Amino acid sequence: MSAFLDIYSAAAIPEIILAVYAMAALIWGAFSKGEGADSGILWTTALILLGLGAWLAVAPPGSRSAFGGLFIDDGVSRFSKVLILVSSALVLVLSHDYFRRERQLKYEFPVLAALSVVGMMTMVSAGDLMSMYMGIELQSLSLYVLAAFNRDSARSSEAGLKYFVLGALSSGLLLYGASLAYGFAGTTSFVGIAQAIEAGGVSLGMLFALAFMAAGLAFKVSAAPFHMWTPDVYEGAPTPVTAFFATAPKVAAMVLFTRLLLEAFGDASGDWRQILVFLSVASMFIGAIAAIGQRDIKRLMAYSSIAHMGFALMGICAGTKQGVDAMLLYIAIYLTMNIGTFAFILSMRRNGAPVTDIGALNMYSRQSPLRALALLLLLFSLAGIVPLVGFFAKFYVFRAALDAGMIWLVVAGGIASVIGAFYYLRIVYFMYFGVEQEHLDSEFPKFGTLALVASAALMLVGAVNLFGVPEIASAATSAWFAE
Amino acid sequence: MGIAAFAFYLFAILAVGSGLCVVVARNPVHAVLWLILAFLSSAGLFVLLGAEFVAMLLIIVYVGAVAVLFLFVVMMLDVNFAEFRAGMARFVPVGLLIGLVLLMMLGLAFAEWSPSVVAPSLRQAETPPLDAMQNTPALGNLIYTKYVYLFQAAGLILLVAMIGAIILTHRKREGIKRQDIVAQIQRDPAESIKLVDVPSGKGLQ
Repeated sequence: MSAFLDIYSAAAIPEIILAVYAMAALIWGAFSKGEGADSGILWTTALILLGLGAWLAVAPPGSRSAFGGLFIDDGVSRFSKVLILVSSALVLVLSHDYFRRERQLKYEFPVLAALSVVGMMTMVSAGDLMSMYMGIELQSLSLYVLAAFNRDSARSSEAGLKYFVLGALSSGLLLYGASLAYGFAGTTSFVGIAQAIEAGGVSLGMLFALAFMAAGLAFKVSAAPFHMWTPDVYEGAPTPVTAFFATAPKVAAMVLFTRLLLEAFGDASGDWRQILVFLSVASMFIGAIAAIGQRDIKRLMAYSSIAHMGFALMGICAGTKQGVDAMLLYIAIYLTMNIGTFAFILSMRRNGAPVTDIGALNMYSRQSPLRALALLLLLFSLAGIVPLVGFFAKFYVFRAALDAGMIWLVVAGGIASVIGAFYYLRIVYFMYFGVEQEHLDSEFPKFGTLALVASAALMLVGAVNLFGVPEIASAATSAWFAE
Repeated sequence: MGIAAFAFYLFAILAVGSGLCVVVARNPVHAVLWLILAFLSSAGLFVLLGAEFVAMLLIIVYVGAVAVLFLFVVMMLDVNFAEFRAGMARFVPVGLLIGLVLLMMLGLAFAEWSPSVVAPSLRQAETPPLDAMQNTPALGNLIYTKYVYLFQAAGLILLVAMIGAIILTHRKREGIKRQDIVAQIQRDPAESIKLVDVPSGKGLQ
């Protein structure tokens, strides 16, 4: 038995534990009566996610693979799994208060979130086109259901349907690309594809495969021009689900994208770089410009995430170790900022009902100076203003792109971040210099305040040495670039 | 032209033609029937490839279960498909144009198609010796050993689909009398039967 475990699954034990737990929680929820089980399952799920994250954070370094190369456990996958697990756990904790007050707390939410986390962990560990696709589908299918979770609301159902239809289309593109890649290379494993490219160069068919797969994955990271679904889905889905969308799935899709491009198509970097540069520039500008007219803070965060994905893609464009390190760091910082901001958005209520209009923040500084200050720090950081952590995120990707000789890409990124700063600063303007009007409720959930203040404090304190995350990311990617 | 080539072109044309009819058929029931024909002709193509197990799966699972389920859904849901299509006419020209461009580009790729030099050997590495192994055992060997991870992941995906369908459609309705077997068994005559003397002319209070 233990020999069997060694060969097949030792590397995948966290995934197996989480999958088995999700099924057990499903049974627990289905057979329990009363309200208590819903909360109990949510807290237990958050605890298990945190526990697995802590376990992976202290796991010994090194790379190994399981299931005949379908599953890869290396530094990058562990780094991103820790991010995925911890951010999902935090989103679950923050969502409890919102769902309880809206009377939408159902045990299926944590169960589906746990299953989609299994999918994300599969994605970041994928060493083969098949396991890549399985991870993507497991993740997306859970997310489609979560988007439509509040089925009594027409907007939530619309969000779920829209996400589902467009997601199915993008999966189709991805699968078509994967089948072309298999036809060219004769294998679906990333290593095998790399061998085939090394031996025979990139044929026209392989270029098609690359373009189709890049389009499919760009949809998953919501990079322009495949971003159309993002604002509608973010706006329509229940706010905790939006917070979930904006955090963990981005890590999974981004890391998977990087791994596919570098491990399978590493020798064809000249061919995919132009695609990536286009995606990056388009996302940065569309994210920055389209957000200007938005009044709904959830739509605004959607455009903000599109723009941030554009900056993170810049790290992949560089294609160097420095670039991938910068991308991982960018995503880690992006998660921290987003969790803090969503902790605030989740608690925005007026007369007991949730509001998402940014006008509701008028003169918020007078009502609650501490929270307004925390939000100000987070928004400045999202905008990338010195000396907050968000600036260093951009600084590292810019430097990586500069060192790779892509000066105009950095110039474009600089212009886009200046344009993008406008809408973050506008919220700050509303909070401090707006017109007096009906206030938000002063009652604030304690976890929400804690997450908001903690992540704002991280934005400030982190500027000292970024808590060593750049070094951790650099150690994580060292196996990829070992010559 | 050999019999195999003839069969290939027959099934291929049938598959593509019926696929087209699925999309353009006005009556949704007809569309499902065309879909069944498309499945059957693909099953024929699989037999030609020597993959008889997959061919049988296609017929049993897709034709036998999925397509029949589609038929039920189409017939039971009262959906006005003509209304769905009303807006489509506006998008058809653009859609056709994009499709045509894509088709031409893919044609270009197909004309230039050359698999990598190592592709045959890499593909061969997965294939068991064909004279010693049959289709069904070969699949079983792979799915339950090398690909057990994918197999289990597929199981999880189906579980998510099931949970999703239940969450999005199941409603707890109030005022429904459900069967409670324990309560039924625990009833005894002493509690459930009451003898009442009804005085004549008064009725039961």
